[in-house]
This record gives sequence, C-alpha cells and structure tokens, in this order.
Amino acid sequence: MTALRNDAARLGAEGVTVGYADRVVLDNLDVTIPTGVITTVIGPNGCGKSTLLRTLSRLLKPRQGTVLLDGHDIARLKTKDVAKRMGLLPQMPIAPEGLTVADLVARGRHPHQSWVRQWSSDDADVVAEALRMTGVADLAHRPVDSLSGGQRQRVWISMTLAQGTDLLLLDEPTTYLDLAHAIDVIDLVDDLHEGGCTVVMVLHDLNLAVRYSDNLIVMKSGSIVAQGHPSEVITSELLLDTFGLQARVIDDPVSERPLIVPIGRTHVVPKSDQNLG
Amino acid sequence: MHPGVRVGGWSWVWRPWVVLVTLVLAVATFLVFCVSIAVGDFTIELPAVFRTLIGQGERVDEFVIMDLRMPRALVGLVVGLALGISGALTQSIARNALASPDVLGITFGASATAVFVVTASGGAAVSSAIGLPAAALTGGLLTALLVYFLAWRRGIDGFRLILIGVSVSAAMQAVTTWLLALADIRDVARAQAWLVGSLDSRSWNEVWTTLWVTAALVLVVVVVSFQLRPMHFGDDVAAGLGVRYGAVRAVLLLCAVLLAGVAVSAAGPVPFVALVAPQIAMRLVRSPVPPLLASGVFGALLLIGSDLIARVVLPNDLPVGIVTAIIGGPFLVYLLVRANVKRAA
Repeated sequence: MTALRNDAARLGAEGVTVGYADRVVLDNLDVTIPTGVITTVIGPNGCGKSTLLRTLSRLLKPRQGTVLLDGHDIARLKTKDVAKRMGLLPQMPIAPEGLTVADLVARGRHPHQSWVRQWSSDDADVVAEALRMTGVADLAHRPVDSLSGGQRQRVWISMTLAQGTDLLLLDEPTTYLDLAHAIDVIDLVDDLHEGGCTVVMVLHDLNLAVRYSDNLIVMKSGSIVAQGHPSEVITSELLLDTFGLQARVIDDPVSERPLIVPIGRTHVVPKSDQNLG
Repeated sequence: MHPGVRVGGWSWVWRPWVVLVTLVLAVATFLVFCVSIAVGDFTIELPAVFRTLIGQGERVDEFVIMDLRMPRALVGLVVGLALGISGALTQSIARNALASPDVLGITFGASATAVFVVTASGGAAVSSAIGLPAAALTGGLLTALLVYFLAWRRGIDGFRLILIGVSVSAAMQAVTTWLLALADIRDVARAQAWLVGSLDSRSWNEVWTTLWVTAALVLVVVVVSFQLRPMHFGDDVAAGLGVRYGAVRAVLLLCAVLLAGVAVSAAGPVPFVALVAPQIAMRLVRSPVPPLLASGVFGALLLIGSDLIARVVLPNDLPVGIVTAIIGGPFLVYLLVRANVKRAA
C-alpha cells in the first residue's frame, strides 16, 4: 500500500444536491477530503452526514453536482473501477449465517475477479495480508456470526482492505459496540491511517471523533458549518449552535486534543465547586 | 483459507466437500433415473437399461425405454433441476429461505393462466406444445412483476416480499378454483390432472422444448451467478464491491421466474421442490447460502425419486406433486431439528 500523503485530494464533491422524493438533504454542497488523514463527519441526527458519505461512495446519485474520485466524475466510472479505488463499509452490514471469516474477507477481492479468474494466488496473498492487518487471522475459520460485535467489525474492515485500496469510507463503524470494542475498532482504523490509508467516516460519539480525527467536518441541516482540525473546530459555541448541546471544552488529560464535557440539567455541581484541572 | 485450482490464467476456489457432495447427488440422480426407466408394467434389468442407453440394447427394450419411459423421466429430471435452481435464486436474492417461486405466487400465477387457457379453449391447449407452456410462462412473469412492484419500496425487503407473495399466491389459487367451478366438466378433469403436478404421458416434443429452454436459462444463470455472491451481503456492500446489483438482480430474477414457468408448463405446479431443494442442498454441502448447482441436482433427484415412488411403491399411481411434499417436508424438518440438536450440544 503506497502512502499518498500531501498529494492532491483524491475524493471530493462539487455543488452536490441530494434528496429523497420531495426532501432535499444536501443542498449545493462542496467538500474536499484531504489525502492520508482521517476525516470524520459529525453532526446531529438527520443532518445528512450519512447521506454525504453515501453520496461520496456513489451509493446515492446527486441530483446536481459531481463527485470526483481521482479526478474522474464518479458517476461516469464503472462500478467495478470505483470498487478498486475505494473500500466502503456501510452501516450494519449483514453476513449469511455460517459464513466463515476467511470467506467473507475473500469477497473483498470481487472487483478484481472475473468468471474465469475467481481465485488467483494474488487474491490469496491480499486476503491473508488483510486478515493479518486487522488481527483476525486466528479467527479465519470461525463463522462470522459466532464473533463478538467488535471482532465482526474488524472482519468487515478486513474485507474492505482486501479490495486493495487505500481509501476507506466507513459509515458509523462503532455503532452498537460497547466503549472498549469501539476503541479497539477505531484504534485499528488509526493503524490503517498510520499505514497510509485515507479514511472518511461518520461517527456518533463526539469525543471519539475528536480524539482520532485529523480533520472534522461538522454538518447541520444539510450544510457544512465547520471543517478543520478538532483543536480548532471544537468550541462550546459550535456545540451549542449545531447540536444544541451545553458543554464545556477542556484539555484532554491523556491526549493533545480537546475533550467535550457535556452539561445536562442534572448531576452538575455548582460552578464554584467544579474542579477542572 | 481455501486453496485454489489454477489452470493458466483461469482460477477457482477449490471446495472439495461441495464438489464431492454434488457429485454424489449427481450419481444418485443418474441411478434413480436408470431405475425409473427400468421399472414399470414391463420391467427391464438394469444392465439391459445401460446397454440401451449407449445404443446397444434389444429392440423391445429400446422401444419401451426410449419411446415410452425416457420422455417422462427426462421431463422429471429437467423440471426438478429448473425448480431447484429457481428456488436457490429467489431465496438468495430475497435473502430469505421462504422466498421460493411457490411461496411468491409465481407457480400459482402460472397455473391460473394455464387453467384459464385450458378452460377457455375447451381443452385444445393441453395437446398443443406451445399454448400451455406459453400461457404458463406469461402468467408466471406477470405474477412476478405484480409481486415485485407491490413489494417495491425503495428497494426490496425480504419480509414484505414474502407477505405480498403469499397474498398474491392465495389470490391466484382462488382464481384457479373459480375458473374450475365455471368450466365444463371434461376440461375440469384435464386441468385437475395437470394441476396436482404430474409427469404422466409426456412426449418427446414436450421434452425438447423444456430441455432447450432450461438449458439456455441455466447457461445464463451460470455466467451471471458470479455477480450474485457479493449480493448475499445486501445492496450497499454489493455496490461497494463493484456489483451493479439492480441489473444482476433483474436478470437473475427473470431467469428464476422463467425456470419456474417452464417447470410449471411441463409438469404442472409441482409443490415444494423449489422451496425445499435449495435448503436441503445448502445443508448437505454445508454452504451458508443456497448452492445453485447442488440445488438443481437435488431438485432433480427429489422429483424423479418422488415420481418413482409414486409409480412403484404407492398404490394407484399418485401424482408426483403429492409425493414431493410428503418426502421433502419431513426431510427438511429432520435437517432443521438435527441442526438445533447440534447447536444445543
């Protein structure tokens, strides 16, 4: 896998308008995904963050505007060529009961295969490497449905890696995982980024997004309201404006990033007694 | 990880168990086929059957086998194969074990149209090699389209598809009953015999039509089914893996409907084969999804096996459709119960 850091952006959208039936979800939106870093899209429910990811991955066709992948209009690329250039993990994918980890990850080779060339030695090598990189090689012969949620998510990420791309789009990869497994999965995503991958993901958990992303895209009602490094973007004003969340932003005691401390209606001690060293 | 079979630039995954089980099923099917053309009012010894098959049999045997019994056995074989593959396709695409052409209304839509043609034409259509098959095919296709559009809501949801299929299926059976109630008594007898699913009195003409149409459809399925494999993970993952799932689904569903239609037109709405053959084949080859080829082979085995039992073991020549249900049902239940016991252990 080759590192593409500092290269021109590989993925972006120009003036895209996307909607379902009579509802416009994204309105004339421009976005550029920087290469070689982790970009995370955050925003309140229904702001269009999954829609943006689905548009960038060509699952949704914009009414207007274009999505550019490596300089090509993605709508004009063959489906197969898109799959060779980017790996996509949709929300909560399903695997048939009894399918083994190795067989699932092997499916990632599909865009490189044809009827007469269904399992070359290249395929075997790439799949073995994908299993190793995601730490699921020991589970290769286990059925996917016998694994824990976190392991399962590792296996799916392994499948997208087997596509042989260094551009990964992940739609809420930590949904329904407990915190320990969520951290485990997102540490893996960070490993992949260290290995040279460009990652775009949607996350619900703001503190995970802040901790792990180099570039945040903050969305509200179908528009991008802020974009940049978490340390510059995340402020209590922004959280109030976009999420309607009362919160204090403090220095994270274990990383060099901000930490969001939400303030609810209850369980908040009077200000004079607060100790936020 | 699975090893590969590689010849030049060509390569496939090597799954010994799948190949072995499919081969055993094929051999079993061939043996049942031979027994089926050997037994009857005039029973021929098996060695004589083999000699006749390679063209070195006696005159009498040749007449009995080639002219009298072969057409029936061949139609059974092809109809079973078509139903097995059709069921495997619909179950794979809907990602639901219940989604077989019988449950989705395709089979009964085909038979309602066929009965309509039989009763409206005063029975003339039964003897024609074109009329009945064409009616059944058209009926199957129209019903499939109806179910598909009723079930469509920003994509196909397996559960909704089955609910609508069951409703349409019931409506089509009601239409059939209504047509029979209105029809002339002689046409009713003819239609009824066809409706329970039967391989009686097949001619070579019917064999060739069924055989060629099925062969062409199976060829398309074999080529396109490579694109089916990522579709077991849902539309989004399939698209992410470079599959144009809309087109692939349309082609394969069309093939499934046509295969079921051909089967219905050749042998009547033989129940249960399309539902049960893929599920049994899947458990025998230990595959997480319905295996297309093994489903077809098992369908053929189930159908000609049932026909043999119907003719030889049971009294007064029951139609094959009754036997497929009697055998297939309990066998699937047995496999399901065994899986439960294993899981509990």
